[in-house]
Amino acid sequence: MTIQILMPALSPTMEEGTLAKWLVKEGDTVASGDIMAEIETDKATMEFEAVDEGVVGKILVAEGSENVAVNTPIAVLLEDGEDASAAEAAGSAPPAEDTTAEAPALAPAAQPIAVVEVPMEDIPEGTTFTSIPVREALRDAMAEEMRLDDKVFLMGEEVAEYQGAYKVSQGLLDEFGAKRVIDTPITEHGFTGIATGAAFAGLRPIVEFMTFNFAMQAIDHILNSAAKTRYMSGGQMGAQMVFRGANGAAARVGAQHSQDYATWYAQIPGLKVCMPYSAADAKGLLKSAIRDPNPVVFLENEILYGRSFDVPDLDDFTVPIGKAKIWRSGDDVTIVSFGIGMQYALEAADRLAEDGISAEVIDLRTLRPLDSQTVVNSVMKTNRCVTVEEGFPVCSIGSYISSILMQEAFDYLDAPVINCTGKDVPMPYAANLEKLALVTTDDVVEAVKSVTYR
Amino acid sequence: MATAKRAARPKKANSSAEELLHYYREMLTIRRFEEKAGQLYGMGLIGGFCHLYIGQEAVVVGLEASAEEGDQRVTSYRDHGHMLACGMDPKGVMAELTGREGGYSRGKGGSMHMFSAEKNFFGGHGIVGAQVPIGAGLAFANWYQGNDRVSFAYFGDGASNQGQVYETMNMASLWKLPCIFVIENNQYAMGTSLKRASSTPELYTRGAAFGIPGEAVDGMDVLAVKAAGEKAVAHCRSGAGPYILEMKTYRYRGHSMSDPAKYRTREEVQKMKDEKDPIDHVRDMLTQGKHATPEDLKAIDKEIKKLVSEAADFASESPEPALEELYTDIYA
Ligand SMILES: Cc1ncc(C[n+]2csc(CCOP(=O)(O)OP(=O)(O)O)c2C)c(N)n1
Ligand SMILES: [Mg+2]
Repeated sequence: MTIQILMPALSPTMEEGTLAKWLVKEGDTVASGDIMAEIETDKATMEFEAVDEGVVGKILVAEGSENVAVNTPIAVLLEDGEDASAAEAAGSAPPAEDTTAEAPALAPAAQPIAVVEVPMEDIPEGTTFTSIPVREALRDAMAEEMRLDDKVFLMGEEVAEYQGAYKVSQGLLDEFGAKRVIDTPITEHGFTGIATGAAFAGLRPIVEFMTFNFAMQAIDHILNSAAKTRYMSGGQMGAQMVFRGANGAAARVGAQHSQDYATWYAQIPGLKVCMPYSAADAKGLLKSAIRDPNPVVFLENEILYGRSFDVPDLDDFTVPIGKAKIWRSGDDVTIVSFGIGMQYALEAADRLAEDGISAEVIDLRTLRPLDSQTVVNSVMKTNRCVTVEEGFPVCSIGSYISSILMQEAFDYLDAPVINCTGKDVPMPYAANLEKLALVTTDDVVEAVKSVTYR
Repeated sequence: MATAKRAARPKKANSSAEELLHYYREMLTIRRFEEKAGQLYGMGLIGGFCHLYIGQEAVVVGLEASAEEGDQRVTSYRDHGHMLACGMDPKGVMAELTGREGGYSRGKGGSMHMFSAEKNFFGGHGIVGAQVPIGAGLAFANWYQGNDRVSFAYFGDGASNQGQVYETMNMASLWKLPCIFVIENNQYAMGTSLKRASSTPELYTRGAAFGIPGEAVDGMDVLAVKAAGEKAVAHCRSGAGPYILEMKTYRYRGHSMSDPAKYRTREEVQKMKDEKDPIDHVRDMLTQGKHATPEDLKAIDKEIKKLVSEAADFASESPEPALEELYTDIYA
C-alpha cells in the first residue's frame, strides 16, 4: 500500500503553511526520523520528519508552494516492493470535494443597515498606515522605547536567543545585546522579584512571561512588591515596570494553559492593566506602559499575535492608558469588550447590522483605570449594554461594568445588562468542549437580541 | 495497602534474556507510540501542545523496573512515556491525546494533563516544577500512613531551577519523606541549554544543602537506570529520606511539536541517535548475547506496531465527549 504524506500541522494554531524546501527527491529511500522537508509556519521554519519508511514515489506539492492547507497530500511514499505506478495512482486521486461554493443566503428578516466605523483618534491628517501583525507591533514598541531610554531592558524565558517563544522579541537581542535582552532560567518568582528590585533602584524592566499562566508563580511580587510599594513607602519609591505576555486561551492547550487573568490584576490598586485588541493599540499602549511610572500589567493574546491591523506610520505613536476606543458607532445597543473579546463583539455588530440592529462597539483597551465614562455616555444613548470577555463569569470585568451602569446610568437602562463570558469551567481539552467553553459571536448576537427584545 | 510485587517486572539486577526483552519491548512501545502521536498531530487529530519522549525511554522503563505495586509517580507535561511504562493502556492514553471519550480523562485533560488513580499516576502537569512538591506530598502521605511506599517525582533540567523544588527538598529531607527526585536532564529546557540556565551543571548535587544524597546516572542505559533506581528505592524505603537521581538523557525531537529546535545542530542530535540510543543499546545486547535473533526482534517490532496502530485507531474512532461533560467533574 502506498502512504500519502500529508501537510502536517506544526503548531497549535497552524492551518496552512509554505512548503519551503524538499530535502528528499523522488526515488530516495527514507527511514523513520529522516528529515523530508522544511515547512514554514507563521512562527518558524520547521523540519518535517518521515514517520514511515519507504521510497519517495512522487512529490505532489512543489517546493516554494505557499498557503498549503494542513492535511493536503504533499507526497506519496512507496512501501517495500511497490513501483512508481502505484504512486501515480495514489497521486491522481480525485480532488477533495469543492466546498467553496457559496451557501444560498437566507433572506434577512429586517432591513440591513450600514456599519459605522469610527476612525482612529488623534492621528494627524495625511498619516499613512502599514498593516502589521500584533507581534511585530509589540516588538516595535519595545525597540523604540529601548532606543529612547537605556534603562529599559527585557527579561524572560527564551526572549533572547530563541527570539521569544512566540517570536515577539524577534531581533531585539541583535539590536540591543545580551545585557538588555536577557534569557532567564525558568524561575518566574525569582526573576520577577529581581526585576522589581531593579525597578526600585531606578531601572525600567519589561518582564515577559511566556504566558500569564506562569505569572501565577510570580504573582506575589507583582501584587505585594511591585503594586504596593509606592503606597507603603509613602511615595518614596515605586516600580516603573511592565509585566507582559500572552494571556487567555490559545488553542487546545487545556486547563492549565488557557486562562484569562484580566480580572485578577484589574482588582489591584497600584497596578495599571492594559489588554489591547488591535496592533495599533498594542503598540501605542505598550509604549505608554513602558513610560508610565507605575507597574503595568500588559495582557496580550497568542491568537492575536499573528493577526494584522493597520498601524500608523508615525515616529512616536502612543495610545493613552485609561482611555477606551469606540470602534463602531450605533444607537440600539452598546457592546463593551477588550482583548480578543473584541473579535466577537465586532463580528456580532456586523451580523446585527444585517438584521437592522445598530450596535456601538467599545474596546476598553485598559482595564485599570477603567474608562467608565465612555461606557456610561454610550449607554445613555443606546439604553442597552452587553459585555463580552473570555474570562470566567464570577467577578468578571462585565459584572463590574454592570454595577457601574446600575449606579451611574440606572435610569437610562431599558434592559438588564448581559455579560457574555467564558463558561464557568476549567478549559477542557476536547475540541468540541473547548468550543463550548469559549465565548462566541453567537452568544453576543443572542444577548443583543435579548436586550433589544428582538 | 497493597504490597504485592508486580508480577510482570523482572527483579534481578543482572540482566537475563527475559529482562532485556522486557526493556526492549517497553522502550520500543514508547518510541512507536510517540512517533504515531507525532503523526496524528500532523494530521490535526491531536491539538495544542504535544511533547514527545523520544530518546528518553530508558529513564522511565528502568525506574519502573525498580518500582513496586503501590509506589506513586508524578511528572511534567512530557508524560506519555511515564504513563505507558507504569502500565496504562496505550489506547486510553492515545484517546486522551485526541480528546476523546475513551481517553484517561475522558478528553478533558489532553496530552499534558492525564491521570490514573489505578496506576498511581498523579499526572501530567503543565506548570514547570509544580509536580515536585506534589511528588513529595505523595511521599508525605506514605510517611503519614506508615506504609513503605515511595514516590517518584520526575522533572526536567529546566524545572530544576524553580524555587519550589528547593522548598520541597528542604522539607522532604527535614521530614525524611520517601521521595525520589528524578531529574530528567535532557540538556535543554525548550531552547535553553543547561549551561545557559544553571550556575552549576551537576544537578545531582542540588540536594547537598539539604543533606540529600544524589547521583548522576547514564539515562540512556536502561540497566544503569534500573540499578540506580533500586538503590534509591532501598534508601527511601528504609526511612532514610529522599534521594536524587540525575538522569543524563536526551530528547531527539523539538521541545513540542511546534519547536524548530534551531538551538542545536543536526549533527549533535544525530550523534546521540547513533551512539547512545537506548533501544539500539538493548537490541545489541540481545543479539550479541544471543538472547534473540533478528527475526525474534522483528516479530516484537511487528507486534508493537500493531499495538500502537490499534491505539491510534481507537483514538481516532472513539467519539468526542458528550457535551454535558463540560460541566461534570468540577466539584465532587
Ligand atoms: C512555570 C512555567 N514556566 C514556563 C513554562 C513554559 N515551559 C513549558 S516546558 C518548558 C521547558 C522545561 O524544560 P525542562 O524542565 O528541562 O523539561 P523538558 O521539557 O526538557 O522535559 C517551559 C519553559 C511552564 N509550562 N511553566
Ligand atoms: Mg530539559
